[in-house]
Amino acid sequence: MFTFILRRTGVMALTMLCLTVVVFFLVNLDPNLRKLSISQTNMRASDAQIESWLEINGYRDPFFERYAAWLGAWQKQPNIDRETGLAVSRFKYCDDPTEPTFTGVIQGDFGCSTKFKRKVSDKLVPALQATGWLMFWVMVVMIPSALLIGILAGMREGSRTDRSLSVVSIISTATPEYVSGVFFTVIFASWLGILNGSAATATSKGITFYNFSLPVMTMALYGMGYIARMTRASMVEVMTAQYIRTARLKGMSFYAVIIKHALRNALIAPFTVIMLQFPWLLTGVVIVEIMFRYQGFGYTLVQAAGNNDIDLLLACSLVSVVVVLVTQLISDVGYAYLNPRIRVK
Amino acid sequence: MEYLSTFEVITSTFIQLWPTWLALAIMIALSFTFQDRLGLYGRLFDSGVGIVGVCIVAFWIFTAIFADIIAPFDPLGQFVVMKNKLPGAIEPGTGEAFLFGGDKLARDVFSRVVYGSQIVLIIAPAATTFALMVGISLGLPAGYYGGKTDTILSFLANLVLAFPVILLFYLLVTPGIAETPIPYAMAGLFFLFPIIFFATLFFTRFKNRPDKLWVQLLITFVIGGWIYAGLVFDADPLGIISIDPNELNIFVAVVFATSPAVFRIVRGLVMDIKTRDYIAAAQTRGETPWFIMLWEILPNARGPLIVDACLRIGYTTILLGTLGYFGLGMAPESPDWGTAIKEGSRLLRLYVHPALFPAAALMSFVLGLNLLADSLREESMKD
Repeated sequence: MFTFILRRTGVMALTMLCLTVVVFFLVNLDPNLRKLSISQTNMRASDAQIESWLEINGYRDPFFERYAAWLGAWQKQPNIDRETGLAVSRFKYCDDPTEPTFTGVIQGDFGCSTKFKRKVSDKLVPALQATGWLMFWVMVVMIPSALLIGILAGMREGSRTDRSLSVVSIISTATPEYVSGVFFTVIFASWLGILNGSAATATSKGITFYNFSLPVMTMALYGMGYIARMTRASMVEVMTAQYIRTARLKGMSFYAVIIKHALRNALIAPFTVIMLQFPWLLTGVVIVEIMFRYQGFGYTLVQAAGNNDIDLLLACSLVSVVVVLVTQLISDVGYAYLNPRIRVK
Repeated sequence: MEYLSTFEVITSTFIQLWPTWLALAIMIALSFTFQDRLGLYGRLFDSGVGIVGVCIVAFWIFTAIFADIIAPFDPLGQFVVMKNKLPGAIEPGTGEAFLFGGDKLARDVFSRVVYGSQIVLIIAPAATTFALMVGISLGLPAGYYGGKTDTILSFLANLVLAFPVILLFYLLVTPGIAETPIPYAMAGLFFLFPIIFFATLFFTRFKNRPDKLWVQLLITFVIGGWIYAGLVFDADPLGIISIDPNELNIFVAVVFATSPAVFRIVRGLVMDIKTRDYIAAAQTRGETPWFIMLWEILPNARGPLIVDACLRIGYTTILLGTLGYFGLGMAPESPDWGTAIKEGSRLLRLYVHPALFPAAALMSFVLGLNLLADSLREESMKD
């Protein structure tokens, strides 16, 4: 098990390295750099001005040198003031050092956000906390309801409950966040008026039922159907197993069999599925946060991408890649741990 | 401003869609008549879920085909007086009703939904087909050979899958990227796969019968090269096939995001199937690896692949909607459903209809595909 985790961690590190190089390459394409430069100089800059801005701020240094500097394997150079010839801080609002230093991701410095004019970590940590709360409530709503639907449907395959619950979960998987968000806002905010169609107040005034239910419902709905279907499939498989028949034949009641024998084994597969849902939830987070104006990770990502905020975007991609890979690892390790057949090996 | 009543709106919408109903009726009648001879498709009509799925999907296909007849207005045409008007408002100039109301730029929501179906129903299945081609062409050797081939290809697939889709789109479908040769390079790479796929398919089968082989290879290269030239270089000599640079960008991004998932499914299926006896028999017969992959394994993996293709078209539709919702790729006035939902949801508190109808359209189409996939899965499991 230890070597397995070690090898997986190695693959993870390699994946992260490759992905950040790709992201670094894409954000440093010429049109993107020009976009950044235009938004930073705040004027209708001429081509020469754009070029000199990029030159001064070190965006024309060799590609791998800059990538290594971001990573922390190379020294970050300060800017050289054209008139005085002295070294000046590259981003004054982030207190960048005025002498060459090793300060990159490895040293724990994620760089400086050009859009928000502050350190990336100062921006990203509160955003991740906000999204953490959203995710927490989504999980609280989504997992129990999905498992319940799946178990009820899979308990008696082909019954009327099964058919109708399966249709419910198919409908839920056919409703992406931007569709259910529209429906829920129309029903609960516009017509009934009982919920707030915006979660903007959740950041400043705290999370309440009134401002937070719509984003949570919207996000939970799309993931719910898939988990429910997987739970159903797993439940159906378990219910046909020999030991369930034995338990029934020895006279146990149907529900006692379900709770004592079937559930334990039927819930192993959904655990994996729930863990692998995280990458999809990341996309959902972005849509829901934009739709309901909630300032979390997704909102930050869109701002970073829209303004080509290089350091912030790299940090965002690093965070999301870590989330995806860690949940994959947990799902693999957890599956091996939960499933006695694999554990014995 | 005169309005139709709710009942009149529903009946007029129904009447307006007459070509769709007619085509649907013909299709259903034919399907039931020849049900026994239609194989898997015919058996879909045995279950209620299957009929509903086929009908919803067919409804949108026919609506997209007959969009010019069905839609009463131009999807981009603006009628200033109709701005944000509720469903059923009658346009004074033509006397025709805006059945689903007008949006904030005073365009007919009904016509936009109808024309939007054209965009969605062209890009989603086409992108899925290419993703399937790429996924199959790479998944077959990865699953069959295993070892280093598998390690490298799986690593690359996991690399793409580790990207959150939305970040991938923000990086690949920005206007800046369209100026660079990247989308064309990627299109050039992805669109090669179908040509290689079919060439290998025919070559492995007919390599000992040159008379047949040459004809088939020639057809593959002519049709493939023609489409390739039209899509990648925008140099179709006949001028039929061409693609807008923005749409190419979307197309490539969707194929790029979808094919690793197909790859994983194909790889898993191949690893399962290659342990069967008939594969061992083919190996003993001395068949080449690619013959076994393409003519022994692939036909036996078709059931799960058809189901997956169905689900994946739905998923691609959702992806396209996501792109539209974030305003990536599509022109802002484009009538596709995602863009329409984005435009409509900004004013959702005041006017419901501009976002509600495209949202319902998108949901119903994906629902139809999911129901279809579900009953296909059930029917193919009965074999």
